Amino acid sequence: MSEAHAHAAVAEQFDDREQQHEAAGLGMWIFLATEIMFFGGLFASYAIYRNLYPTGFLAGSGLLNAKIGAVNTVVLITSSLTMAMAVHSAQLGRRKALIGFLFLTLLLGLTFIGVKLHFEWYHDYLTHVVPGLGFHPEGADLAHIRALHAPLSSVELFMCFYFFMTGVHALHMVVGVGILTVLIINAFRGCYTRESHNAVEMAGLYWHFVDIIWIFLFPLLYLLGVTR
Amino acid sequence: MSEHVASPKLYIFIFVTLLALTGLTTAIAYINLDAMFGLKNLPLNTIVALAIAICKATLVGLFFMHLRWSSNVMRLVVACAVFWMGILITLTAADFFTRNWTPIPRPWQASVTVQQPSGIVIPHRSLP
Repeated sequence: MSEAHAHAAVAEQFDDREQQHEAAGLGMWIFLATEIMFFGGLFASYAIYRNLYPTGFLAGSGLLNAKIGAVNTVVLITSSLTMAMAVHSAQLGRRKALIGFLFLTLLLGLTFIGVKLHFEWYHDYLTHVVPGLGFHPEGADLAHIRALHAPLSSVELFMCFYFFMTGVHALHMVVGVGILTVLIINAFRGCYTRESHNAVEMAGLYWHFVDIIWIFLFPLLYLLGVTR
Repeated sequence: MSEHVASPKLYIFIFVTLLALTGLTTAIAYINLDAMFGLKNLPLNTIVALAIAICKATLVGLFFMHLRWSSNVMRLVVACAVFWMGILITLTAADFFTRNWTPIPRPWQASVTVQQPSGIVIPHRSLP
């Protein structure tokens, strides 16, 4: 109980709980603004290079599995729902529901990373389409590239974008999984009460932000070359 | 507590809408809109996909991230971030897409050779 009281207290620089809550939210949003800038640079360079090498990007996108991408999109959106429900449970002071929803979010996050590692990146490694690790597409992949008259180096460039953008996104997911683990441990210890649960809300903002990034990555990387 | 507690029903409604939009954007990707409307220079598929992605991101931001009930100062931070990203993308694109608008003067394009004291002639690469 003393643990809960310690966390429920208002830090001395704030007048009251409301001001503390507002300050935490503002700080988190400013951090997310820097994240928007960070990913914005990637999206800008994607736009430029896609315009310079349209066939390479089309052919490169054709090497990805859009179905797995769509499944992972559903997994991530579902994890956003469970995260929103976790925040909701924290707001109502329901500890068991909070732990349950945080755990579900953690599982869905791990599912996303697992699918990415096993069904996509490992598959890409086996089919030699990882730039820098002996990039030489074979068989159907090569025929697909030839059919679009795409220079092989431009396809490799697209794969660089693919691995960097999804890699940085997956890194954010790994950080999110770490945050969720800490939240679950603290929730077990009873650190979050109906009055004081800023950490859960801020982690929620982060998790939803990572979801939003994927919402943009999915059509730009996977859906680009599904038909052509 | 001043914070707003949204109903789970609303969250589930938003979730279902997000799933529907994901299905829609995936389905549209299999239709070649560019060829259908005979547009050569407009990536219509990408424009439609981005429009749907912006709708999805707005739903996540407004409801899951509680911007709908947040104070104006937080909305201002989001608006600033998006605006600055707009500047980043617009000005970068403006540079790249206008590079060929003004012709480069002829003497600059011609390759120049430099006579070194050693007598070896080093050809300078002409500009791309």
